[in-house]
Amino acid sequence: MSATAHAEAAAGAAERDAAFLAAVRRIADEVAGPNAGDVDRDARFPAESLDALRAERALSALIPLELGGGGVSFRAVATACFELGRRCGASAMVFAMHQIQVASIVRHLDSPYFEAYLREVAADQRLIASVTSEVGTGGDMGRSIAALAPGEDGSVSFEKQAPTVSYGAYADDLLTTVRRAPDAEPGDQVLVLTRSEQVTLEPKGTWDPLGMRGTCSPGCVVRATLPAEQILPTPFPTISAESMVPVSHILWSHLWLGIATDAFDRARAFVRAAAKQKPGQPVPAATRLSHLLSDLTLLRAEVSSGLEEFLSASEEPGRPRLSTMAAALRFNNLKIAASEQAPRVCQGAMGVCGIVGYKNDTPFSIGRHLRDTMSACLMVANERIHETNANLLLIAKEV
Amino acid sequence: MTDEIRQIISEHGRLAVDVASLSDDADLYQAGMTSHASVGLMLALEDAFEVEFPDAMLKRSVFESIAAIAEALETLQKQAA
Repeated sequence: MSATAHAEAAAGAAERDAAFLAAVRRIADEVAGPNAGDVDRDARFPAESLDALRAERALSALIPLELGGGGVSFRAVATACFELGRRCGASAMVFAMHQIQVASIVRHLDSPYFEAYLREVAADQRLIASVTSEVGTGGDMGRSIAALAPGEDGSVSFEKQAPTVSYGAYADDLLTTVRRAPDAEPGDQVLVLTRSEQVTLEPKGTWDPLGMRGTCSPGCVVRATLPAEQILPTPFPTISAESMVPVSHILWSHLWLGIATDAFDRARAFVRAAAKQKPGQPVPAATRLSHLLSDLTLLRAEVSSGLEEFLSASEEPGRPRLSTMAAALRFNNLKIAASEQAPRVCQGAMGVCGIVGYKNDTPFSIGRHLRDTMSACLMVANERIHETNANLLLIAKEV
Repeated sequence: MTDEIRQIISEHGRLAVDVASLSDDADLYQAGMTSHASVGLMLALEDAFEVEFPDAMLKRSVFESIAAIAEALETLQKQAA
């Protein structure tokens, strides 16, 4: 490519990112935000947000232009999670989880079936959910009990007991981890795509959690029969290390940062209002706000450096750095640090606002922010990740 | 070298099958080695062969078979020589 063509391509990419982010910010402000209270109170799916995101073709943002997608950068999608998180944590989480599934397919694209499938996602704005956790594995995503059983006519089937399936009832398609075959070891996993007509979801239990209530994530028994071509060709351990785990931790941490940032903004608005009421007099909460800014800045720095390291490692041919144990430690730590810091910022914001932050019906309410971010430490339990990291620290050299 | 590697795998790899039944190219992860067990194997290999695997080598593909482990150890021993 000539220098001029390079410059034109870069300008086109920057324009696409800018247009995408302008649309997402508008949706966050005009749709996700106004419905956030209702979504939270009723633990209902944020359908308005998803409709609006579909109308802007945001569900195919990460899909390359040549497959009919938006050709938007990963950086812009991460920023979109942050922007949605500022207005509605559940909308942001559904959007983020969908993008994690898309990224896992796009970054390991190796079959005509999945190229055609991505074209369909773009054309129809299909929403993809994931079934990675499983009852009986102790929270270890690297092991499965459910296995693909070969059927007649080249089809395969599986049954999986999932402790949670986020927005499963609202998704068009599912990506599920299973063992490759009935006699495969627990770690010998593949990812399989299933369309809603190939799946039955039998709900187990109800969905009345503390936070992230709009993600509608009850447990399910998932049963499916599918053609073998819907198995992703790349083994799951590779997809997991190079894409699913780092992308999850980066997009989640961006939306947690978004929630914490809105909590901080509310605390700041509270302090400004107090200062305006009594001009010239000291506002005790202002000092607490300054402490809170330090906490928010630490969170922002960790989230930002995690993204930059992932982007630079993703640019290398073959992405060798992403499959190292040092990278696993890095992106695991991003998840742990961000999931602990985000609720800390929200709690600090509530401390600044006092009773009007505690109440659910004021412009300074922090309750939903605090509850939503408290889910962060158990979306893949931090203690489970610490166990993994403790083992990796025995052998990794530079961390 | 591969005999010694096989011995260390039998002690630390926690495979679901007897290591003697595996070829040098067989996938150790498919034979049941977990990520957790692989770290124990790496530590034992560093100890036995008096090497240190740099971070760039500490990845799944380097430890996925007896042949891959032997190649990695040879690379490190050449560098040390």
